[in-house]
Amino acid sequence: MTVVRIPPTLREDTRGAREVTAEGDTVRDLLDDLTSRFPTLEGKLEFANVYVEGEDVRTLDGLETSVADDSTVILLPAMAGGSSAENAAHFPRV
Amino acid sequence: MAGYRELLQRVKAEIDEIDAQTARELLDGREPPLLVDVRRRDEWDEGHIPAAIHIPRGSLESRIERAAPDRERPIVVYCSAGERSAFAARTLGELGYEDVSSLAGGFTDWKRNGFPTQVDRSLDRERRTRYSRHLLIPEVGEEGQLRLLESSVLLVGAGGLGSPASLYLAAAGVGRLGIVDADVVDESNLQRQVVHRTGDLGTPKVDSARAAIEALNPDVDVVTFRERLTSENADRILGQGWDVIVDGADNFPTRYLVNDASVWHDVPVVHGSIYRFEGQVTVFKPGDGPCYRCLFPQPPPPELAPSCAEGGVLGVLPGVIGSLQANEALKLLLGIGKPLVGRLLLFDALTTTFDEMMLRQNPSCPVCGEDPTITEYVDYVEFCAGVHA
Repeated sequence: MTVVRIPPTLREDTRGAREVTAEGDTVRDLLDDLTSRFPTLEGKLEFANVYVEGEDVRTLDGLETSVADDSTVILLPAMAGGSSAENAAHFPRV
Repeated sequence: MAGYRELLQRVKAEIDEIDAQTARELLDGREPPLLVDVRRRDEWDEGHIPAAIHIPRGSLESRIERAAPDRERPIVVYCSAGERSAFAARTLGELGYEDVSSLAGGFTDWKRNGFPTQVDRSLDRERRTRYSRHLLIPEVGEEGQLRLLESSVLLVGAGGLGSPASLYLAAAGVGRLGIVDADVVDESNLQRQVVHRTGDLGTPKVDSARAAIEALNPDVDVVTFRERLTSENADRILGQGWDVIVDGADNFPTRYLVNDASVWHDVPVVHGSIYRFEGQVTVFKPGDGPCYRCLFPQPPPPELAPSCAEGGVLGVLPGVIGSLQANEALKLLLGIGKPLVGRLLLFDALTTTFDEMMLRQNPSCPVCGEDPTITEYVDYVEFCAGVHA
């Protein structure tokens, strides 16, 4: 089992958990396992970058990047917030 | 008891004096002597002989050994008229320096001969005091502080991140701060946006930020843009010569716009973003690392990227992340240390942990890649909304 860091924006899908364990030898397996256990993650994980040992898997073997039990896996989504506007809409008043 | 004149005469009789012409020949020679200016700091600041080092006479005994460990090397000392330097020459003789001479007529005579002089850029007394803790750091020092005073930083957003970043950059003496923000101060901002005050409610943020910065440090020239950064105004605003951009925007269209504009204007961006207890910091330096589009080629759909207004944010979090941004900006301006280029720092306030991730340039990045496909501003609102429509 590998520990996967869940970003704050996806924690509602993991019942609030900051870290969850997932099973698999590759990133693809891990993500599939996560989605099967937390079905509302479906369609959302593709918007997060995946880092294994601090390296972006896009620069490794992508979803086929292998992971070990003690690998550090972090999901990193883009976050817009600079906490400026009171409305902080995604669509600025241009 | 000897009067001053008498004492001076006696000292001058004990030491060697050379005139300006001789001094110049020695300095232009193959083995020039060490030239020591023993005047006060303010006299030195107004101009000195180019090759000279400055050791005020009052510190001569304590500082000369470090400057001149070799007692056989010839030394020429000078002051303004050749009197203080006569006493200095005698002191050096007493300290065991074997070949010391005093410049007769001093700097005044040197100038009268039309010989070259030099005025260093330097800090005045007030600034020397204000920035004294910077001056003590070898990596900053007077040279670095002068550099900061001549630097320009553009802050996109005067909100949670822009607040600490602008205050610390102002306090550090960054000479010119540009602030882009269209909003007015709202009550819900005050939990974290420390550049604004309760009395500023309803005031444009650029105005309250300007007031706070000017009250903190009158050295800073504040340039305000009470508008949102858009494709229409980006070139006008970025074209005003910024050394670094601090991105504290609150929405994806602005993030992508800041990125593209910074790549085209070749200005490094110190990026910070926050949500609830977590923050991200990195530096996008064109030509030297990835850009925002290399990291996030597509913005996530709105439902996957709630804003702080929707999801909340711990008030101190932008304080941490915005201060880290100020730190990166200062390093970039000073050219010191190892900025977060190609690295992203992830901070979790709840566990108090930092994680670091490597970021790499994407050779097929549409903006900074080898064969860019986006070469002018696009409709960023549409780009961030349309993709997932």
